[in-house]
Formats: sequence, C-alpha cells, structure tokens
Amino acid sequence: MSDLLTVLQDTADPRPEKLAKILGSTPQEVENELEELRRNKTLLGWMPILNPIQGQSEQVRAVIEVKISPEREGGFDRMALRISKFEEVESCYLMSGGYDLLVFVTGKNLKSVASFISERLATIQGVLSTATHFLLRPYKDHGHLLAEETENQEKPSISP
Amino acid sequence: MNSENFIADHVKNLPRSGIRDFFAIVSEMPQAISLGIGEPDFVTPWKIREASIFALEQGKTSYTDNRGLLSLRKEISKYCTSFFGPDYDPVSEILVTVGVSEAIDIALRSILNPGDKVLYHEPCYVSYAPSVTLAFGEPIPVATTPGQEFSLDPEAFEKAWQPGCKVLMLNFPTNPTGGTADREKLERLAKFAKEKDLIVISDEIYAELTYEGDHVSISSLPGMKERTLLLHGFSKGFAMTGFRVGFGCGPDWLIEAMMKIHQYCMMCAPILSQEAAIEALRNGTEDVLQMRDQYHKRRDFVVRRFNEIGFNCHLPRGSFYAFPSISSTGLNEIDFCHRLLREQEVAVVPGTAFGEHGVNHVRASFSTSYDKLVDATDRIEKFVYCLDSENKEPAAV
Repeated sequence: MSDLLTVLQDTADPRPEKLAKILGSTPQEVENELEELRRNKTLLGWMPILNPIQGQSEQVRAVIEVKISPEREGGFDRMALRISKFEEVESCYLMSGGYDLLVFVTGKNLKSVASFISERLATIQGVLSTATHFLLRPYKDHGHLLAEETENQEKPSISP
Repeated sequence: MNSENFIADHVKNLPRSGIRDFFAIVSEMPQAISLGIGEPDFVTPWKIREASIFALEQGKTSYTDNRGLLSLRKEISKYCTSFFGPDYDPVSEILVTVGVSEAIDIALRSILNPGDKVLYHEPCYVSYAPSVTLAFGEPIPVATTPGQEFSLDPEAFEKAWQPGCKVLMLNFPTNPTGGTADREKLERLAKFAKEKDLIVISDEIYAELTYEGDHVSISSLPGMKERTLLLHGFSKGFAMTGFRVGFGCGPDWLIEAMMKIHQYCMMCAPILSQEAAIEALRNGTEDVLQMRDQYHKRRDFVVRRFNEIGFNCHLPRGSFYAFPSISSTGLNEIDFCHRLLREQEVAVVPGTAFGEHGVNHVRASFSTSYDKLVDATDRIEKFVYCLDSENKEPAAV
C-alpha cells in the first residue's frame, strides 16, 4: 500500500495540503497521486461515516441472503453484477457457505425495501431464494464504535 | 505546631518535579494541544481489558502470591527468553510489581546502604535521582549528549566512576531523548560493570518501541544476567499505564530482598491487572506491533517538521518522544515552553525537567494523532516565525 493510502486511513482530514505536510511532499504531488489512484480505480470515492443512531437518517437497511443458480459460462458473476446494479443495493458479496450472495440494501422505509426484494430481486430469473434480515440497531460501523467510550477527562495533560 | 518539623529532611530537601509545576499551568488551559503526555494515546487493546473484566466476573478479587500470580510469572519468563534473551526461573527470579516505578524504588532500597553511589545517565526519567536520594544513596548523573544522539556512552560512565559506586542505572530506549544502546557499547559497559563490580538496574520499559534494529538487553550479554536487574512492564508497549503492573527479573538473592520490602509495603500488584497482563503476554504482541508502526510513522513526521522549523532534532531510535534543541530560537527551554503554551497553546516539556543535561531542549511526545501533530507543529512553526520577526525588529530609540 502506498504511503498516501496509509496516511489517508489514519487521518480524518484528507485535504491535500495536510496530507502533503504529513508525507513531506507538495500539495500538487498529492493531487497528482490522488488523481492516479482515482484513474486506476484504487480510490473509488469519499464517504462520510455518519452515526445512524444520532437521528440524521431514517433509512432502513437490510441484509439479504440470496441463493442463485450459477450460469454455464458466467458462473455467479453475471447474476451478482446484475443485482449489484440496482441503486438500492449498497454492497454485494459472493459468499461461501449456505447461500451465494450477501446483499446489503437500503431504502427510505420498510415498505420500499420489502417491495424491492419481493418485486425486483426475488423475481430475477436465476434467483432461487432470499432470506431477509432487517438491521435493528448498529453498534459498530466502519471501525467506529457508535456508543463511544467516554473520554477520560481526568487523564493528565502532562505526565512524566 | 511547626509542620516543617514533621517532614523528614531528605524529603524536605527533595526538589519538586519540574513536570508538576508545568502541569499546573497546562491544566488551566483545556484547549491546549498537549505533546507533554508520557503515555500512549491508545486505549489498552480490548482483548486485554476484557480479560480483566472476565477475571472480575469470576470473582478474582483476592490478594495474590507476593511475587505475583505464578501463571503470570511463567508467561513473563517465556516472554523474557524470547524478547530479551535470558532464562529466568518463574519461582525465584521474577517479581511482579506495581509498575516499574515500584520496582526501581524497592531495588534501590534493597541494594543501597547510606552513601552508596549510583551512576545513571541524564537526561532521564524524572524519578531516578529522587529514588536514589530516598534510598539514602548518592546520585551521580552522567551526561548523554546531543552529539551522540543521547545514546549510551560507556566512556562517560568510566570517567564518572568514583569509589563508593555500587549501582549502574540504565534506561534504553530513554525517556525523554529516545536514545538507545547498541550491542558494542553495551558490551563495553558490561566489561566496565564487571571490572568495578557494579549491579546494573536496567529499565527497559520502552524496549518494544525500538524503531531501528533490534533492542539489545544488557542482561543478555555473557556474565551479565547474574549482576543485572531487568525491569520491564506493560505501560508503554501494551498501552496499560493505568493498570500499574510491571516486573523485575534478576538473581534470586536480589529478587528475594526486593520481595521483603514489596510484601510489607505493597503486598502484591492488583490481581485484575495481573490477569490483564497474562492476556497481554499471551495474545497482545500483534497489538504492540501495530501501535509501534503508528508511533514510527508519527516519529518520522514530527522529526522532519521540527528540522524544517529550524530546530536541531535527532531521530529518536526508540520510545515515543522527540527531543529537539530549541537553542536556535534564542530562548531557554523554560521560557520557550511557557511562551509557546501562552501564545500558541501547545504544551511541550522543558528538557531540564529531566535533569540539567536537558538544557536547551524540550520533550515532545508523538503519542498523539496525526491531526493533532500536524496542528501542533504548524503552531510551533508560527511561534518560531513570530520570534524571528521579534528578533529582527529594530530596537526602539
């Protein structure tokens, strides 16, 4: 992994000026490297990580286990890509074990997610079955604990 | 009632820690960015905390063997063999203490008769000289120097030796300088210790946080295990400062003497901390390596920035402290720290808090996030720029 990618994962502030300071390079060099990472699809985009329990979002999320029948020449890939292209699908993974695809779906409410599954996903030819689990309460997301530990206010600011 | 009469002279005469004075000022400025923290910014890895919680749930709330849980001493023995080199008998050659600080105290009290002399290198951890004084010994500081990046200088020890010297105290990697000791110099020092019949107390609390090469313990050199007390603990490498658990490994006669004091004044280290320490040694090594990698990257950044700012800052080969010279600013280290705090709200610690050989230097901990380090170094740069402008202004007529 490049130094830039390593630093990007360690800092909450991805401005090129700041990254350049950490890396000992210039903002222009950082911009160039970021552009190259975007071009070769290593860096796909930026996404703020919001705390879903702070009431910023009313979205409903569900995890769906999907069994599909593999195709003669495409295996699971064509079906997986077809499912992935729905905008309701947040992520999609090929899995080992009792089902084939694990699909994360978001919708503005329960009804919209349910209708996506029953009317769009389950009706695709080659989808053998689905098992849907709605997410109730998150505890950790993208490495962030959502019920954050309280900071030790009494930790000394100077110590030997 | 004259309260002065009730304080022992050797305590009355003990100077206040320079850190304590500075802490009082910083504590009134909650918005300041502190690079003055002498402990990891990481919280103890969850698996270690969870082991302690589990022990509590199981009702492990009793005293332990004065020497510490045997299961912990067995893990310490294995760890020492693999990391430091020597084999220690868990039954007779290991004592679990309340941090390395307690181990230093009871070791000195076990060894020193009034007036015995202790050689130690300086700048150093703040407790060394006071601990010697409190054990009625005489501290003999030996300078480590910026010219040698504050690394071990055996020749300086040889020159400083005088009749009555009984103990050689070492701390490599060093708080506050990040200085280390290479094998060749340790071998020369070991020869000197044997010739002068000195006991070595080697505080290697930062051993895991060595960035260049492998850490070498003087206890691993031929003929040194029998005259070395190896002190180590969990505070720094494993980010467990609040657990207060450390250990001493050494010859059985010295461990037995230390145990006598330990059993009367401490009884044992807290059992929940000992249980956490077992988990740390069994399963915490990967966490230590991850934290070390983070410190390593932050060190490179901070040292580069300090040199860009115009300080002379050597590359600390261990610990999580940079120790730049600030003499180019024209301020002494005390004024520098006070003005930096007042004008830019960044706290660093004056080098002389670690002994007079820290003159013209400051200690800056890089045990804090990148974002804070970037902000703090920017503010320091601004402070230095303003100082330069001040110095260039024509004198008022």
